[in-house]
Amino acid sequence: MKVRTEYKSITSISGPLVLIERVHEVKYEELVEFVLQDGSTRRGKVLEVHEDKALVQVFEGTTGLDVENTAGVFKGRGIELSLSPDIQGRVFDGLGFPKDDGPPVIPKIRKDINGAPINPFARDYPNEFIQTGISTIDGLNTLVRGQKLPIFSGSGLPHNEMAAQIARQANVLGSQEEFAVVFGAMGITYEESEFFIQDFRRTGALDRAVLFMNLADDPVVERIATPRTALTAAEYLAFDLGKQVLVILTDMTNYCEALRQVSAARKEIPGRRGYPGYLYTDLATVYERAGRIKDKKGSITMIPILTMPEDDKTHPIPDLTGYITEGQMILSRPLYRKGVNPPVDVQQSLSRLKDKGIGEGKTREDHADLFNQLFAAYTRGKEAAELAVILGEAALSELDQKYLKFSEYFEDQYISQKFDDDRDIEYTLNLGWELLSVFPRVELRRVRDEFLDKYFEKNKAEEKAV
Amino acid sequence: MKQGVISKVAGPLVIAEKMHGSKMYDVVKVGELKLMGEIIELKQDRASIQVYEDTAGIGVGEPVYPTYQPLSVELGPGLLQTIYDGTQRPLDRIKEMTGDTITRGIDVPPLDREKKWEFKPVASPGDQVDPGDVLGTVQETTLVLHKIMVPPGVKGKVKKVEQGSFTIEQTIAILETDQGNKEINMIQKWPVRQGRPYVKQLMPSEPLITGQRVIDTLFPVAKGGTACIPGPFGSGKTVVQHQLAKWSDAQIVVYIGCGERGNEMTDVLMEFPELTDPRSGEPLMMRTVLIANTSNMPVAAREASVYTGITIAEYFRDMGYSVALMADSTSRWAEAMREISGRLEEMPGDEGYPAYLSSRIASFYERAGRTICLGKDRREGALTAIGAVSPPGGDLSDPVVQSTLRVVKVFWSLEDKLAYQRHFPAISWLRSYSLYNRALEDYFNEEIADDFVKLKNQAIRILEEEDELQEIVRLVGLDALSPPDRLTMEIARSIRQDFLYQNAFHEIDTFASIQKQYKLLSLIIHLHEMCKWGLERKISIQDMFNIDAIERISRARYLTEDKIDQIDQIKDEIDQQIKALYEAKTTRGGSK
Ligand SMILES: Nc1ncnc2c1ncn2[C@@H]1O[C@H](COP(=O)(O)OP(=O)(O)OP(=O)(O)O)[C@@H](O)[C@H]1O
Ligand SMILES: [Mg+2]
Repeated sequence: MKVRTEYKSITSISGPLVLIERVHEVKYEELVEFVLQDGSTRRGKVLEVHEDKALVQVFEGTTGLDVENTAGVFKGRGIELSLSPDIQGRVFDGLGFPKDDGPPVIPKIRKDINGAPINPFARDYPNEFIQTGISTIDGLNTLVRGQKLPIFSGSGLPHNEMAAQIARQANVLGSQEEFAVVFGAMGITYEESEFFIQDFRRTGALDRAVLFMNLADDPVVERIATPRTALTAAEYLAFDLGKQVLVILTDMTNYCEALRQVSAARKEIPGRRGYPGYLYTDLATVYERAGRIKDKKGSITMIPILTMPEDDKTHPIPDLTGYITEGQMILSRPLYRKGVNPPVDVQQSLSRLKDKGIGEGKTREDHADLFNQLFAAYTRGKEAAELAVILGEAALSELDQKYLKFSEYFEDQYISQKFDDDRDIEYTLNLGWELLSVFPRVELRRVRDEFLDKYFEKNKAEEKAV
Repeated sequence: MKQGVISKVAGPLVIAEKMHGSKMYDVVKVGELKLMGEIIELKQDRASIQVYEDTAGIGVGEPVYPTYQPLSVELGPGLLQTIYDGTQRPLDRIKEMTGDTITRGIDVPPLDREKKWEFKPVASPGDQVDPGDVLGTVQETTLVLHKIMVPPGVKGKVKKVEQGSFTIEQTIAILETDQGNKEINMIQKWPVRQGRPYVKQLMPSEPLITGQRVIDTLFPVAKGGTACIPGPFGSGKTVVQHQLAKWSDAQIVVYIGCGERGNEMTDVLMEFPELTDPRSGEPLMMRTVLIANTSNMPVAAREASVYTGITIAEYFRDMGYSVALMADSTSRWAEAMREISGRLEEMPGDEGYPAYLSSRIASFYERAGRTICLGKDRREGALTAIGAVSPPGGDLSDPVVQSTLRVVKVFWSLEDKLAYQRHFPAISWLRSYSLYNRALEDYFNEEIADDFVKLKNQAIRILEEEDELQEIVRLVGLDALSPPDRLTMEIARSIRQDFLYQNAFHEIDTFASIQKQYKLLSLIIHLHEMCKWGLERKISIQDMFNIDAIERISRARYLTEDKIDQIDQIKDEIDQQIKALYEAKTTRGGSK
């Protein structure tokens, strides 16, 4: 190994960026350690090398750095995370250094936090049903192992409750030993992070969880590393140790803000609303790390949470996320105001992998037809509701009035669900049929005859009996 | 060996000095790791290089090795059923070599060098051959006969032609040319940024039948034509592209996953070998080439992927095949251009895209077409190009959408509202268009049914009327409509729900032959006619829509292809049941 020289040739510091001159053999994306006058250290990464100049982004902020006395050491490698089975139950900062009272991790292996793209040929298609116990997910937007399904929310909406409920109830992910949670916090408050920790503790999941915490008062630029560190741990647990890993990343909006800040400091040509033009690609290198790999036991299922600025789904952060993830759960403020909780906007929510995770042998044979029918009916009910607002309910045809009623029951009984209500899939499916029983049979065009015979007629009969 | 020196590394862009002798678009090997890159700007002996692999760990002072060759693909037996990355590296072989993730600096030939193919000669010694003439054939898969053609730029007299089992590198023919004897093997190389030559373009005149009702019946694309599918996320671009790749009556399918999800490529890889072509009964994979440069793979290779794909597509077109190419998504390609352009500090145009965005998009779609191919037999080939576009926020004023709409002839406009209602495919029947409608009219009327175009126009009119009527309903309620208008609304609903709606995940509904499409539409229009007849006789719409035949109409699309004649029987049922209503009414009326 060759000796790494210390450079005391910093020529400028601006925002999170440091320019070091007269350097040799510096590599793109190389890890840099800064030693301050007081002996403390900071870490950074090379963003650009040009002749003998290196531009470095400092993760822990540049406060306290100076031009004269700060030395930079180029480490000859990228940023790595130390890994061993003992990381479970531990709390780290966004770069992977212990934040709890525990000892440093004695690494079995070190991995570059950027990972490497999974060869599409090596992927195994996610098609194993995960029962979350939440009807709007299991019944309508089924989650499967290895999927990336974000929650698009707004400030003040109960996205944390929903994510925690999934983490708690999604036990079908595997038996207890095989299951692990990786939690990456970016810029959330202490209170929010405590909410998760308490919930993990209450259910005993904390021992199998690995937490990477960058809270609101932690360095902003560290947030760029946080999801990567978390996913490196997740990959280790899933693909080296064979666990079924659930990764929760929150709040991706703060992550994107950090990226924007660095981009602005570099004076890059901004893309939409000031976010860098490469935001899509950057987010993809985070989200695409979810998945399954052929002949490997483990999997990474990812639930990123983001708050939509001004509840606007077309804002670049939700927009680009939606273009990468395999669907999205959208929480709606109007529904929340109406008292529907969790306020899932089922029409705009979508799980793209549901079709291969449901049906006979996975959930139940009638699942696909049933959710298609529920959607169709709910949609027509919502249309009727709109008309009723303008013209009054009486102006609706008899049939449309039925649809209207249906959509109300649907929001009330199917969408609404208590924080600790763990519904199994049978229950969710039967509830769907029960709600549909208000319609005459011919209205259920999206369901095959055999399933109508088997499931619908039964409910009809029961309804008459009551 | 001559080599340059790196002076700057910024993401996928590397600048190297001392590159004297290299040309624009030459491939170079960058750094000690020998990453693949392409020269995209030359100023004296300083070259800007876009690197097709991740540049982490590359530094100033490392060497750059020129190859003096432009970025090219290898063409020959072995392309089909393979999955490549954006620069035609075979991903299956890479997995064998390096495991589950993609490692850098690996050099694997795109086509298998060891495999032997059964070569059957077509040309005979003494034949005078020109570019495009077929020397012989290889049955590459059960579905595709691979024609081994005289490469562009070569001509002469056949001196010898082999027969038997050969690898692609072995000589299968010797030509006497002006420059002496030339040995021909089964590999051609072609620079991706240059279209392959043909004799001439023809006007498209036949539809690409896709089995998708809203497409084939309302907004068809011609074989050799161009189409685009813009839409916000989750509106169904990929599902439509997959459906076309599965069910189109093309002989070859080239599917480019450009900057999209890894799992979508896995989906194709797992599903296509299982699915059978409805026409030949063979696995769909037998005619398919996949290019996968997913969103997390290097951005510059994404830029190259569409060219790699279309060059492979042209090569099969040159054999006289009808080829369909899907690119999902062209927006990611454009963004890759934008990113590289930004790093080059070029003057940005609209939304930061480079000023040459439009011309790049136009020249990509220009490579589609119906053509007379090179070769004595003047065979006809077609290359249909269909691109998904992913505008930010679904906003159609996006520069990529606008540049695309200026060149393509078919616009399938995906509407998020329809997707939220789970009306799939969420192709707007009001906003979409096909400029091939005219050119294809004769085909539909002559080959399918003489009233095909008439029915289709009727359907479109009903849907347009519905849109206007809905406006009125929103203001004053359904009651304000006259009975004929209410009938129009009901029929329009039936067209939407029983015809346009098509579930890609339903084993039967996923594909409808053009005959079935015709019968379904004709059934609904027939219902309209009968209901008008009933209305004139004062039968209520409600009664007419309560007849048993209505439910059968809504289920008719689930009839398998061998049972589509039953659709005609439903017409008789409608007649009988509505006439029965009339009779019941007159007898009641008579007794009054
Ligand atoms: N024809 C169809 N039949 C049934 N479901 C469909 C159909 N088309 C789309 N869908 C549903 O819509 C979902 C989203 O479709 P798709 O993945 O094609 O969207 P997209 O436009 O490609 O989105 P993105 O831009 O994010 O890639 C699918 O997962 C599927 O559930
Ligand atoms: Mg898509």
